[in-house]
Amino acid sequence: MSRTTSLPKRIKIHFMFFPAILSDSTTVLEFQFSCSIPAPLHSENDYFGVCSEPVIKDNVVVVYEVLEEMLDNGFPLATESNILKELIKPPTILRTVVNTITGSTNVGDQLPTGQLSVVPWRRTGVKYTNNEAYFDVIEEIDAIIDKSGSTITAEIQGVIDACVKLTGMPDLTLSFMNPRLLDDVSFHPCVRFKRWESERILSFIPPDGNFRLLSYHVSAQNLVAIPVYVKHNISFRDSSSLGRFEITVGPKQTMGKTIEGVTVTSQMPKGVLNMNLTPSQGTHTFDPVTKMLSWDVGKINPQKLPSLKGTMSLQAGASKPDENPTINLQFKIQQLAISGLKVNRLDMYGEKYKPFKGIKYMTKAGKFQVRT
Amino acid sequence: MSAAPAYSEDKGGSAGPGEPEYGHDPASGGIFSSDYKRHDDLKEMLDTNKDSLKLEAMKRIVAMIARGKNASDLFPAVVKNVACKNIEVKKLVYVYLVRYAEEQQDLALLSISTFQRGLKDPNQLIRASALRVLSSIRVPIIVPIMMLAIKEAASDMSPYVRKTAAHAIPKLYSLDSDQKDQLIEVIEKLLADKTTLVAGSVVMAFEEVCPERIDLIHKNYRKLCNLLIDVEEWGQVVIISMLTRYARTQFLSPTQNESLLEENAEKAFYGSDEDEAKGAGSEETAAAALPARKPYVMDPDHRLLLRNTKPLLQSRSAAVVMAVAQLYFHLAPKAEVGVIAKALVRLLRSHSEVQYVVLQNVATMSIKRRGMFEPYLKSFYIRSTDPTQIKILKLEVLTNLANETNIPTVLREFQTYIRSMDKDFVAATIQAIGRCATNIGRVRDTCLNGLVQLLSNRDELVVAESVVVIKKLLQMQPAQHGEIIKHLAKLTDNIQVPMARASILWLIGEYCEHVPRIAPDVLRKMAKSFTAEEDIVKLQVINLAAKLYLTNSKQTKLLTQYVLSLAKYDQNYDIRDRARFTRQLIVPSEQGGALSRHAKKLFLAPKPAPVLESSFKDRDHFQLGSLSHLLNAKATGYQELPDWPEEAPDPSVRNVEEEDLSLIETHVGLLGEYTEVPEWTKCSNREKRKEKEKPFYSDSEGESGPTESADSDPESESESDSKSSSESGSGESSSESDNEDQDEDEEKGRGSESEQSEEDGKRKTKKKVPEGKGEASSSDEGSDSSSSSSESEMTSESEEEQLEPASWRRKTPPSSKSAPATKEISLLDLEDFTPPSVQPVSPPAIVSTSLAADLEGLTLTDSTLVPSLLSPVSGVGRQELLHRVAGEGLAVDYTFSRQPFSGDPHMVSVHIHFSNSSDTPIKGLHVGTPKLPAGISIQEFPEIESLAPGESATAVMGINFCDSTQAANFQLCTQTRQFYVSIQPPVGELMAPVFMSENEFKKEQGKLMGMNEITEKLMLPDTCQSDHIVVQKVTATANLGRVPCGTSDEYRFAGRTLTGGSLVLLTLDARPAGAAQLTVNSEKMVIGTMLVKDVIQALTQ
Repeated sequence: MSRTTSLPKRIKIHFMFFPAILSDSTTVLEFQFSCSIPAPLHSENDYFGVCSEPVIKDNVVVVYEVLEEMLDNGFPLATESNILKELIKPPTILRTVVNTITGSTNVGDQLPTGQLSVVPWRRTGVKYTNNEAYFDVIEEIDAIIDKSGSTITAEIQGVIDACVKLTGMPDLTLSFMNPRLLDDVSFHPCVRFKRWESERILSFIPPDGNFRLLSYHVSAQNLVAIPVYVKHNISFRDSSSLGRFEITVGPKQTMGKTIEGVTVTSQMPKGVLNMNLTPSQGTHTFDPVTKMLSWDVGKINPQKLPSLKGTMSLQAGASKPDENPTINLQFKIQQLAISGLKVNRLDMYGEKYKPFKGIKYMTKAGKFQVRT
Repeated sequence: MSAAPAYSEDKGGSAGPGEPEYGHDPASGGIFSSDYKRHDDLKEMLDTNKDSLKLEAMKRIVAMIARGKNASDLFPAVVKNVACKNIEVKKLVYVYLVRYAEEQQDLALLSISTFQRGLKDPNQLIRASALRVLSSIRVPIIVPIMMLAIKEAASDMSPYVRKTAAHAIPKLYSLDSDQKDQLIEVIEKLLADKTTLVAGSVVMAFEEVCPERIDLIHKNYRKLCNLLIDVEEWGQVVIISMLTRYARTQFLSPTQNESLLEENAEKAFYGSDEDEAKGAGSEETAAAALPARKPYVMDPDHRLLLRNTKPLLQSRSAAVVMAVAQLYFHLAPKAEVGVIAKALVRLLRSHSEVQYVVLQNVATMSIKRRGMFEPYLKSFYIRSTDPTQIKILKLEVLTNLANETNIPTVLREFQTYIRSMDKDFVAATIQAIGRCATNIGRVRDTCLNGLVQLLSNRDELVVAESVVVIKKLLQMQPAQHGEIIKHLAKLTDNIQVPMARASILWLIGEYCEHVPRIAPDVLRKMAKSFTAEEDIVKLQVINLAAKLYLTNSKQTKLLTQYVLSLAKYDQNYDIRDRARFTRQLIVPSEQGGALSRHAKKLFLAPKPAPVLESSFKDRDHFQLGSLSHLLNAKATGYQELPDWPEEAPDPSVRNVEEEDLSLIETHVGLLGEYTEVPEWTKCSNREKRKEKEKPFYSDSEGESGPTESADSDPESESESDSKSSSESGSGESSSESDNEDQDEDEEKGRGSESEQSEEDGKRKTKKKVPEGKGEASSSDEGSDSSSSSSESEMTSESEEEQLEPASWRRKTPPSSKSAPATKEISLLDLEDFTPPSVQPVSPPAIVSTSLAADLEGLTLTDSTLVPSLLSPVSGVGRQELLHRVAGEGLAVDYTFSRQPFSGDPHMVSVHIHFSNSSDTPIKGLHVGTPKLPAGISIQEFPEIESLAPGESATAVMGINFCDSTQAANFQLCTQTRQFYVSIQPPVGELMAPVFMSENEFKKEQGKLMGMNEITEKLMLPDTCQSDHIVVQKVTATANLGRVPCGTSDEYRFAGRTLTGGSLVLLTLDARPAGAAQLTVNSEKMVIGTMLVKDVIQALTQ
């Protein structure tokens, strides 16, 4: 099975090694677990900032200690990163210094209170001087656009990622202007499902730090606004060893927002030997071995649409490739949730202070493909 | 470890700069000495006294293990450190031990005693990790020790330790399967556990050890269903998959009526199934269509399972969603299965591994329940970036979903796929088109035309695959397709792929009568190139020749003979054999040749058309989501999913009598019951709301409840309290156990109570203190009588003291709710609201001695009563709070003095003995910020200024344990250090003796029957035959007062719990010699149960 996760091989070996102990049990559980292991290891504020091979090598002991807590005889034990952090404190420079002086350790000697409580995802005794709660509404458009530019399928997948740094045991409620938009949702365990069912309000005691509060799906039945279009003209001629290549990217239905971070990638047919292209903006590369063309466009200026034009040199003598490459598109639009989802308000109960609240919207391309 | 080669490549990666590389150090002296010298420095470090050096050494050793190097020769040095106090060193030693213990069994035994000590540690984390490591050491000799440890841990106070015990069960089982019977006993016990933490782990153990003992589940079935929502994700998966199997054995098939109908009119049924709303209707019509069968009624327990798992489809964990999906697929009525589609489609967004598994399952489901996924057709469209495996699975699903209405779109989509660069995928697409053509008659021609067009494709693979598919299609209706066969015949010149050539030849031979002119010509061409063909093609050439000879011998006789003679000298014996065989058959020889007369029948018999069907057709006999399903082969450990029973087994086996299901859990978390909703939304005043909510969270925050004095009037509150519990107002309707009216009232009452009392209820249920049955109604008169009785007896007590119990007995009708009790006291007796230490209280124990003396002349009949009463037994002996070593010279012990604590009558007084064994004075001993569970409060002892070396001191502190055996954790601070300590009270110390007459005892006992009575049989050992010993043993275990008794072999004891003031009555009936019966009556059932256990243990030891 091909693996697309961008993790170093070594971690994968570890991860596949442990779950394999179960003789026959639910397969998804195993994969799910192997995917969940890196989460506490590499997410921000957790153990290591990034989960790269040298980092793992330097902290092999911590990895061992953490895995030791996460698994017992191949069965997952504690996977909440809040609990793990109480058991094994993440290594920081400050802590290393303190430890060498005082002789204390990174390993907690008390069972984290969360393990036994009804709110296992939250540590007790959280304290912050600045109380903040940030929510990012991030939507991804998955789409397949056909040759003529019409949409074959388009879906919006959204998530609300939160970064909550609040003292004590706050109880938050988040309400939407248009909750009916959400077709299919899945929650972090902290969200009270009954309340969502009856009132369409998210009510929860948040975990400490970063977590994914909710992921949702806006169904394909609702018409999805596609914010970009791609004009393409890719042709191979039978006799000649030259092909023409031309792509133009332009905005459409962006609600007045700029499209940023545009990247175009395309897997060219094997017959293409090299490409001789000139972009109107940005940089492009073509790897003659993997036949991968990528064009880093940047921002789209509606007055001057970015384009990439040029020729392809084909294998001499070979017949023209009968397939046309598909174009994959990446882009970002700040301050816009393409589905139109809007957060109405965020209230906090249970604590006396006034938190700082922030909500950010973003639309991104998910699996956005244009067939040519 | 499979990672070994990778690690060894980059040696020293984690060792950091400047560190020597062990074993590669040239200084360590050549090949011979390196073996025993290389780890010398590590050994040295491990032998030092410094924790930091040990830690460094252990870290290096673990890094060595990680790099795949053998560190087993360090075993003796490492094992020594298993008793190290530094917890990180300890952890790393554990890692090492688990890795190497199996290789060095004898040395590993050295560590066992440390674990045994660890199992008795007051810190639950240490107990748990000791058990974890002990059970992970695969040394067969210690099996009995492991067994014992598991048994003990299974009844541990801490759910975390019990969870660890559940994890240890499969480990022990894999080490020694002879222990199965004993392990099943432990599993049975743990299955009855009511905490969510344990549930998942014990079910996992059940699945590993005794999946066939489905009878163990009966009693716990409803509990598991109800707990499910609050179990952690991994546990949910295991429980759901086990419950799926359970349900298959216990309930009737919900589709038994439909399945009959389905056979008759499958098409029609699918039509109605497309519409989810109509689904229920179709079920009805199905039932109506079969009046002969008795109508199907779903077992309520079956319904309970379906209802409780449904919200889990919204879980963030793909594993849980998949588990629920397979449960619905296997168990739900057809009309309800549809709900899982949306969730499964959502999973397609996750990691490609998860996607792969989900798609496999969707493929299986989509064969049986096509309608379910039809609305999501477009979600299965293929992207060029998908991995090939995923593409092929998606194609499978798309093919399964194709029907008359959507086939045009599907085919258009397929056309795009054919142009893909991924050739395997293109081949799969062509086969998919073939399947669509066979399934949907209307598009057969279109598909065939499309495939024929593909024959002119430049890619050979595509053409070959098309030919193969066309061959299969043509076999179904050859007569109309002479043209296509002609076209194919022309292709023989171009197509080089052997399989395709063979297919064409076979087609022409088979249908040679449709192409009578072309067939001989093709044979002529093939004969020409015969020697250059592949074997598979040669065989078909022989076939073609034989068939033509039989139908058209005039034109082809010579050709056939030519081909056969060529074949006769072929290198391949298979072809030679075939040629000889064919010749004998078709060319009649002199000796009769009975067979050759039938040659035509043999060669040209009508052949059945092949059926193109999905490879997922019969996979659903494997439980979906299992590894076996994924592999389509039985994996070891796979549990067969049984068929539905014909007759439903007795549903009453699941009835649980005194189980109090609705009180088991507080659902605060995800998907939980949200009882607060109505309250919160109604509440308009933000300030008020805030104040009300706070106590709710004090639960987990560890604030002490009683200090939160609410401003509500206690009179009105208790009024509403009792009203709501008797009237059973509306409120939440979550009570699952319909058979238990009492609980329902309880629940509803709570729903309409004010926040403050609701909070208490929550806290109470959290601690699992069940409510007294019938207490609400009888409490009023009960309290009257009890107060009057106490008045008459405790004459020497002060006014206030007498007032208190009477008043709170009256004010808190349903039970002894601790928090309101204390609160109301303070509100009633306003002058007592000042800090409790000022309150002058005459200690009842002193009273009791004089009282006993008074009573002696009046009521005593039993002579032995006096000594046992007069000498108040101080409870359990000294217990260690802080060991000398851990405390750096400060040793702390504690005893329960059984003296009433002079500050607050609800507190247990604990004598703490400090002794300084270090050589420096310890200064400023005091209690630091306690981190206490809800309700528990501490009255600290006055600070001890200084404790000189060698000296010891005693201090008294009070702890209000709130009638629970939860440990009070606090810090002992000196000027320099802080120590975390915890005191866990034995249940017997949570009460104080009460004195009553025999009649009063019987009267009180009469009120505490039913659920409040716990009876246990026991065998009294010979040592317990004398009265004195029995009384001493009981009073040593529990702080109870003896009640006089007329009969000689009966002992009665009475007490009240300290915080709640609930009566605890203990009766020991020893009339038949040896066999005895112990009865405890108390409205605090948990206390009662634990007391019975403790007393029995004390008596039988």
